[in-house]
Amino acid sequence: MNDMTPINASQNSDGQAGLLNLSRRRFLGVSAGALVLGVALPSGAGRALAQAAAPAVVAGTRVNAYIEIRPDSTVLFRSAFIEGGQGIFTAMAQIVGEELDVDPARFVVEAAPPGPDYLLIGGFRFTGGSMSVRMSYEKMRKLGASARLMVMQAAAARMNVPVPELTTEPGRVLHAASGRALSYGELAQDAAALAVPADAPLRAKSDFRWIGKPLARLDVRDKSTGKAKYAIDLRVDGMLYAAVQHARHLGAEPHTITNEAQVLAMPGVHSVHRLPGAVGVVADSWWRARRAAESLQVTWAAAPQGTRGAMPEDYSTERHREGLKAMTGDGLEAEASGDTTKALASAKTIIEATYDAPHLAHAQLEPPSALARWNDDGTLELWAPNQAPEMFQGAAAKVAGIDPSRVIIHSPLLGGFFGRHFFYASANPFPQAILLSKAVGKPVKLVWSREEEFLRDALRPMAVARFRAGLDEKGMPVALSAIAVGEGATGRWFGRQPDKVDSSAVEGIAGKLYAIPNHRVGHIHVDDPAVIGFWRSVGHSMNDFFYETFFDEMADAGKQDPYDLRHRLLAESPRQRKLLEAVADLSGGWKRGPYQAEDGTRRARGVAMASPFGIEVATIAEVSLRGEETVVHQVWVAVDPGSIVNPAIVEAQINSAVAIGLSIALMEEVVYEEGVPRARNYDGYPILPPDRMPKVHVRIVESGAPMGGIGEPGVPGVPPAVVNALAVLTGRRARSLPLSRASLAGSI
Amino acid sequence: MPRCAAPAAMPVNVFREMAMQLTINGQSHQVDIEPDTPLLWVLRDTLGLTGTKYGCGLAQCGACTVLIDGQATRACVTPVESVAGTEIVTIEAITGDAEGRRVVEAWVDHQVPQCGYCQSGQVMAATALLKQTPQPTEEDIAAAMINLCRCGTYNAIASAVRQAAKA
Ligand code: FES
Ligand code: FES
Repeated sequence: MNDMTPINASQNSDGQAGLLNLSRRRFLGVSAGALVLGVALPSGAGRALAQAAAPAVVAGTRVNAYIEIRPDSTVLFRSAFIEGGQGIFTAMAQIVGEELDVDPARFVVEAAPPGPDYLLIGGFRFTGGSMSVRMSYEKMRKLGASARLMVMQAAAARMNVPVPELTTEPGRVLHAASGRALSYGELAQDAAALAVPADAPLRAKSDFRWIGKPLARLDVRDKSTGKAKYAIDLRVDGMLYAAVQHARHLGAEPHTITNEAQVLAMPGVHSVHRLPGAVGVVADSWWRARRAAESLQVTWAAAPQGTRGAMPEDYSTERHREGLKAMTGDGLEAEASGDTTKALASAKTIIEATYDAPHLAHAQLEPPSALARWNDDGTLELWAPNQAPEMFQGAAAKVAGIDPSRVIIHSPLLGGFFGRHFFYASANPFPQAILLSKAVGKPVKLVWSREEEFLRDALRPMAVARFRAGLDEKGMPVALSAIAVGEGATGRWFGRQPDKVDSSAVEGIAGKLYAIPNHRVGHIHVDDPAVIGFWRSVGHSMNDFFYETFFDEMADAGKQDPYDLRHRLLAESPRQRKLLEAVADLSGGWKRGPYQAEDGTRRARGVAMASPFGIEVATIAEVSLRGEETVVHQVWVAVDPGSIVNPAIVEAQINSAVAIGLSIALMEEVVYEEGVPRARNYDGYPILPPDRMPKVHVRIVESGAPMGGIGEPGVPGVPPAVVNALAVLTGRRARSLPLSRASLAGSI
Repeated sequence: MPRCAAPAAMPVNVFREMAMQLTINGQSHQVDIEPDTPLLWVLRDTLGLTGTKYGCGLAQCGACTVLIDGQATRACVTPVESVAGTEIVTIEAITGDAEGRRVVEAWVDHQVPQCGYCQSGQVMAATALLKQTPQPTEEDIAAAMINLCRCGTYNAIASAVRQAAKA
C-alpha cells in the first residue's frame, strides 16, 4: 500500500491526527481517505467488508476475539496482520504482552480469521504499507491492558478481595496482603466471561520491559528447523494436487487441447480442466500434475481486439518505456509552491534530465498456491497466502457463487510477500483452486510453478520522471519542475479518479522536504498494459531514485557538495537534518571521494534521503568498480521511525531493505517482448545473490515523532545512494535502472 | 526460455512407475514412482516431508537443499532414481545431527530467518559445509553459502555460519 490509503483522521487507530503524515495530506486533500478506497472496492470484497463491518463491533476492542489465555498461562493471540518475515507476530506479542503482563515468549500467535474485530486500518484490514504497528499500536496496548484488568477482576471475585489490592507479575495475579497468587491460566475462563472494561490503565512508557527491546522473534526456531508451515506445505485429507498452464498472453482462452487423452493416461493424472485463461491438471502429486499440465498441447483463442486488461500480443516493455519518455506536457498538478515557470525563466542555469525505472517482479521465494475445500455444509474453506483476508473472502465468494459469510479464509505464514499477496485477480491462484476443487469434488491444492508465477505476477509499474531545475548565480536550486509519467498501483486496484493524481505514482518525488522556493510536481497518467501491483515501498521504490539522483545533478551543476546542499536545504526540517548528520556520523564522517581504500580499490560514496510511510531515512553507500561491475561495499542507514517496538526487528528489516534496494539498482528488470515476459525463472530474472550483499550499518534515531512502519522504508534510499556514488567514480550519470542493462562504459 | 510449456517436445508415454528403496533420515522408505521424478517431490508429496522447499525447480535458489551422503544437493533437479542407495538427510532430521544442531543454535542466536522460506536450504547448506570443512575460511563460507534469500538475510547467515564453525 502507499501513503495514501490510511489517511483518514477519523479512522486512525488511536484517533490522533498526530499519526498522519501531514506533508502528504496537504496535497492529497481530505478526500483521499478510506472512504474513497471503500467505494472503489470490487463489489465482492465490498459486500464482505460491509457485512463484516455490521453494527456494534468496534475493531480492536473485543478481548476474546484476540486473546485466549490457555490453562498453562500461555497466550494464543490472533493477529489482524499476517506474518511474512517482517516480525509482526513478535511485535504484537510484545505490545500486548507488555500490557497484559505476560512474557511475549509465552505467546503463540496466529493470523486471525476474517471479521469486524480485525479491521484496524481505517475500517479495513490488510498487511502492507508498513502500517501494521503504527495503525494498531494504541489499540493493541489497550486490548492487552483490558485483558489484564479482566483477569484481575476474575481473581478479585475468586479471592473475594477488591481489585485495587491486587497486582500482577508475568502470568500471575498476586494478593500481597494474604500472600495468595493465582495463575492467569486458572483465571482465564472466568475472565473471558467478563465484560471488557472501558478504562483499563496503561503501563507508563518508563516501565516498559518488552516494548522497545530487541526481543528474539517467536518463529525463528521453527523457521530454522523446517517446522514452519507455509500455504504451499499444507495438506488436508483426501486432497489432490493441481498445476496449470496459463495462456501466454493474459486474456487468451483455451480453445482446443489436442492430446487430452494421452495426458489423461499419464500416471497419477485425475482430470484435465479448462479454466479462465488457463488449463489445469489435477493429479495425485504436484509433480505429476505439473508434468501433465506442461504436456498439454493447447491452442489458445486470442482475446478480441481491445479487450480490457488483455495483454497486447505486440507489447514490449522497451516500446512502453519509449512511449512514457515521449509524453509531453506538465500533467496534473500533485504539489506546488511558488511560481516555478517564472523562476525557471529567470534562473541563471537550467539543467534537465529524464529518468526511468523498469517493471519489477516480487520474486518472493515461495511460489503462490491455494488449497480449496468444499465442506459438506456448503461452506468453502480456503488456505491462501494473502495480505488481506477480507478482500480474499469477498473475491472467493464471487468465484464460488456463495455468500462471503460461507467462505472460511485461512492465512498461513507468507514465504515473503513484498506486496505480492494482495488481491490482483489474474495474479492470484485461489480462483483456479476453487473451480478445480468444485469440479473434482475433492480438496485441491494448486501450486503455480515458478514459471507460471513469473508469467502472472503483478508487477511494480514502469515509470519515467522528467526534471527541469533552475539554479541561481550561487549555484543554489531556485526552481524545480518534476513530471512523473506512468500509472500507480493504487489507482489500478482501488479506482482512479481522472482529475486527481494517484499518490502512489508520485510519492517520493512529491513530499520532499528540501527548501526549494519554487517547485511543481506533475503527473501524466499512462495506462500500463501489464498487470501492476504494490511492490515493497510502492512509488517510493522508483521515485526517490529519480529525485535523489537528480538532486546530485543539481548539486554538481551548481558546484556544491551533494551532502552539504542537502544539509543546507533541510535547514527548516530539523528532524531530517539531524538524521542526515546521523548517517554521516555513522559512516565516519561524510566523504564523497573518490578515495583509495585499504584494499587498493578506488571508492566513492553517495547519499540519499527518503521520507516513506511516516518514517525518515538517510542512506550512504560506498561503491567501487570491478571492471564493469558495480561493487557496493557498505551501506549506512540512519532511520527515524519516531518510536519503535523492537530494534532488532528494525535492524533486520533495514538489512532486508538494503538487499532488495540494491537488487533493483543492480539487476532487476522484467522485460516483455511480444506480450510475453522474457524471464520465467531466476536464471532470467536474477535477484541479489549473497556475494553482492554489502555490510550494513544501522542507527536508529527515535525522535519521538509518531510511530512509522518499518517494513518498507529502507528500500528507496539505496538505489540513489549507490548511483550517486557510481557517478563520482565514472563521471557519468546512470539515469535508467537496473545498472546491469547499461554498460558502464556505454550509455550512462 | 526455460521450462515454459513446450508441449510438442514432451512425449507423454514414457513415464512409468518403478519401485525404489530410499533411506531418508535413517529410515527406509519404499516408493513406487516414475524414476525421473525429482527427489524434492518425493519428499514433499509422497512422504509429506515439507520442510524441504520448492523455490524455482531449476537449481537456481537452493531452497530445496538436502544432504546426499553428507553433500549439499538441490533436490529439485535430482532424479529420485539417482539417490537410491544413498543416505538422504532432510531438515526434519537436522537436530539429530551434531553439526546440524550447532548450525540451528547459531541460526537462533543470530535470529537469521525473516520469512524463513529459504532457511531450510540455508541450514542444510551450512551443515554440509561444516561437515566437509569444520574450520571454514571466509572464502569457504562464500563458496558454500550460495543459496538465494529474497529477504536479504545474507549477513546474518554469514555471521551464524562463523559462530557455528567456532562452537
Ligand atoms: S527449488 Fe531447487 S534450487 Fe530452487
Ligand atoms: S528468509 Fe525469506 S527468503 Fe530467506
